[in-house]
Amino acid sequence: MSSLVLENLSYQYNGTSVIEHLNLTVAKDEIVCLLGASGCGKTTTLKAIAGIIEAKQGKVFIDSKLVSDEQSFLAPEHRNIGMMFQDYALFPHLTVADNIAFGLTNMTKAQKKERVTEMLELVHLLGCAARYPHQLSGGQQQRVAIARALAYKPSLLLLDEPFSNIDTQVRFELIADIRRIIKNQQVSAVFVTHSKEEAFAFSDSLAVMHEGKIAQQGSPEQLFSVPNSKVVAEFLGQGIYLDAKAVTATEYSTCFGQVKSLQAHNHKSDEGQLYIRPHHLVLSAVSESDSHPVTILSQRFIGSSNVFKVALCGQEIEVAAELSQSFNINEQVTIKIKPHTVNFFAD
Amino acid sequence: MSLKFSLSRWQLFAWVIGVVLVTPLCFLLFESLQGDSDVFSHLWDTVLWDYVRNTLLLILGVCIVSSAIALPLGWITAYCDFPGRKQFEWALMLPLAMPTYIIAYVYTDLFDYAGPIQVALRDWFGWQSPSDYWFFDIRTLPGAIIMIALVLYPYLYLIFKTALREQSFKLVQASQIMGLSPFKSFYRVSMPLARGAIVAGLALISMETMADFATVNYFAVSTLTTAVYDTWLGYYSLTAAAKISGIMLLMLFLALMLERFSRREQAVYERQSGVNSETLYSLKGFYAWLASLFCCAVLFFAFILPVAVLLNYAFAYADQAWNDAFFLYAWQSFKVAAIVCVITIVLSLLVVFYQRIAKQQYPLIPGRLASTGYALPGTVLAIAVLLPLTMFDDRLNIWLEPFGFSPGLLLSGTLFAIIFAYVVRFYAIAHGAVEASFMRISPSLDMASQSMGKSQGQTLTKVHIPLLRRGILTAGLLVFIECMKELPAALLLRPFNFETLATHVFQYVSDEQLELASISALSIVLVGLVPLYLVNRSMEQRS
Repeated sequence: MSSLVLENLSYQYNGTSVIEHLNLTVAKDEIVCLLGASGCGKTTTLKAIAGIIEAKQGKVFIDSKLVSDEQSFLAPEHRNIGMMFQDYALFPHLTVADNIAFGLTNMTKAQKKERVTEMLELVHLLGCAARYPHQLSGGQQQRVAIARALAYKPSLLLLDEPFSNIDTQVRFELIADIRRIIKNQQVSAVFVTHSKEEAFAFSDSLAVMHEGKIAQQGSPEQLFSVPNSKVVAEFLGQGIYLDAKAVTATEYSTCFGQVKSLQAHNHKSDEGQLYIRPHHLVLSAVSESDSHPVTILSQRFIGSSNVFKVALCGQEIEVAAELSQSFNINEQVTIKIKPHTVNFFAD
Repeated sequence: MSLKFSLSRWQLFAWVIGVVLVTPLCFLLFESLQGDSDVFSHLWDTVLWDYVRNTLLLILGVCIVSSAIALPLGWITAYCDFPGRKQFEWALMLPLAMPTYIIAYVYTDLFDYAGPIQVALRDWFGWQSPSDYWFFDIRTLPGAIIMIALVLYPYLYLIFKTALREQSFKLVQASQIMGLSPFKSFYRVSMPLARGAIVAGLALISMETMADFATVNYFAVSTLTTAVYDTWLGYYSLTAAAKISGIMLLMLFLALMLERFSRREQAVYERQSGVNSETLYSLKGFYAWLASLFCCAVLFFAFILPVAVLLNYAFAYADQAWNDAFFLYAWQSFKVAAIVCVITIVLSLLVVFYQRIAKQQYPLIPGRLASTGYALPGTVLAIAVLLPLTMFDDRLNIWLEPFGFSPGLLLSGTLFAIIFAYVVRFYAIAHGAVEASFMRISPSLDMASQSMGKSQGQTLTKVHIPLLRRGILTAGLLVFIECMKELPAALLLRPFNFETLATHVFQYVSDEQLELASISALSIVLVGLVPLYLVNRSMEQRS
């Protein structure tokens, strides 16, 4: 059974289309991430799922129950959804315990208390029950927000950029923490972000959104290594395009020379572009048969490695090199493409 | 060395202004704590507690009725979308421009035995005399409560609506996602969060209600305000009037503390959220019409109907209302307002400039002292101003008598008294507006000007004042309008044979002849609309 199904969902705001015929499925206990640049419609999609906005076209099913289509609309309070907001939306007039108990209904006082304690334990905030939100740190507030959203066992958890207000140093710790909590509670979740690092770290399944549609959905690794479009490829990582011509199913000729792919492709056309990411490139001081001479244009130290900028077929790209390797500016070095499954986009 | 000298000169200006403007209040406090006066002990033994009870009942009633009007209005205009919402949002503030005594007069006229409503009812049912039927009497305490609430509800409406707008809508959405219906969510989330705003709004309404003189006087409901007025004009006992004022000051102080405290609480809740420009719910069908109808009804009874009646009077009695008296009183009002306007602006510029450059401790105190007059009700203020002025006049006359001079009531009996009182009362408005625009001037401009060799006085005139032009204009306009509208202080302090538009209108209201002063009344309403326009514009710029 799927926890969430969106069928042909569309939404217009002031005459412009924000979501267009969007389809998405979230399996039980799966964390799906909607990843996209700002304005791509991801937050609107989340609001339509929650029922904060009324999507007039298309269908929304939560736990196989139709909650919204052309004729019917179920108000948010009847959808049994948990939601975590970007600014957490904790009630400033209620204590941590009261915030967590807010969504609990049809329970005796003792049951509520037990559930609140259980949630506080889960998010490691047992000592903070009587505090008010403004007395907590950002990370603590976030854990209260997740506890509150999960306390009443919703069918589906929605997370709207919940990590964007957290310092980068602790962000990934918290992401791991929240992921543990969600997995522990066995709840399906839809997570919205514009940061690919957060998406990689948090989700089971990744859906890249572009101009109101899902461009591609799959596991993070799959999307990164086999993007189905230039949009997805560019969004998930930097790179350059080389004009290329498919010679065989695994061989391409470029201005760089012959490039081999580990996997065969079928193309609708022989002409197109190869998308090369920096980690496919290796700089070296010595020349080999498949390498190509380049000039070092600039150098940047980023801590774990040195990054050198070189020009390749008329385009500039930054390539990382081991700290032990050092090149001077204007030095002539060689570069080669590591064997990998190439991304070829036919014209 | 010159820096030190100039700094102390500004300091001197500021402190003199602060002390002079707080003098009346000090005299009032001192006088009200003085030993017994016969008039006061007589009042104490007889009617004083009725006055106190009436005042408290009036305040309580106005708070209840205003809440019943303002809270639903605030909620629907802040959260719901319905036909005409944008227009109602600002139109619902219009009643603030309506002086209570005008609205009271209009409704008395309508509901009177000879008024159109009772006449129509008699025709309809064939009643012959008052003994045939019961009809409510509007000139009572409940009547006064409704009249005052119709005019003062916008304070609560505005503060409450703003508080709801500044709450994050996400909180409401979060509560709904957790299973609360819109009404439950209002009760459990929005209301508790806006509690401070509601209390602050009610405190403001209480202060304004306490200050109201004209309506209760016209309805013959005895409150502390009318007591102050009668004690002075009836018994000529300044001491007794000061003692009654002291009781009002105490109540005022409580209301003021409540307001301050609530605002502080409110500030905690509004810390991180911006202003919402969209609405949460879009009402449809029956509910949408109900919302529009409710707004319409409030607006109709509190503003449209009274204005229509005034317009009707003005046309019907045009030849009598458009007379020389109108132009004379308009000119006199204008003159006083313009003088007060200039004085308050100059004084506030000096004080605020001192606050900016001061290196001594407590730079804010002179401004605080000078601003205390704003909270005083007009009648109390008048008594407070009379105390030092009459003392000065008395001393002066005694002192000059041996020389054969008798200057008479040089300060207390001339325009000086009214102008001084207005300056004391409205200084705070000018100070607030000038201070707000001063804050927007970067301190580095001061340093730049001084590094280029300009003195502080030159910095003030060459840099600050040109940049403050808009703020000064706004401040001047607001002070001007308040002066045009002020009634009770003018009634008590005006020199013999001197009338402002407000006293003129009130005179005719008391004589049951508002028709003849309808043009003056309309002018006051019109002038009162200007600040509403300004407030509305600045709020729109914010969102």
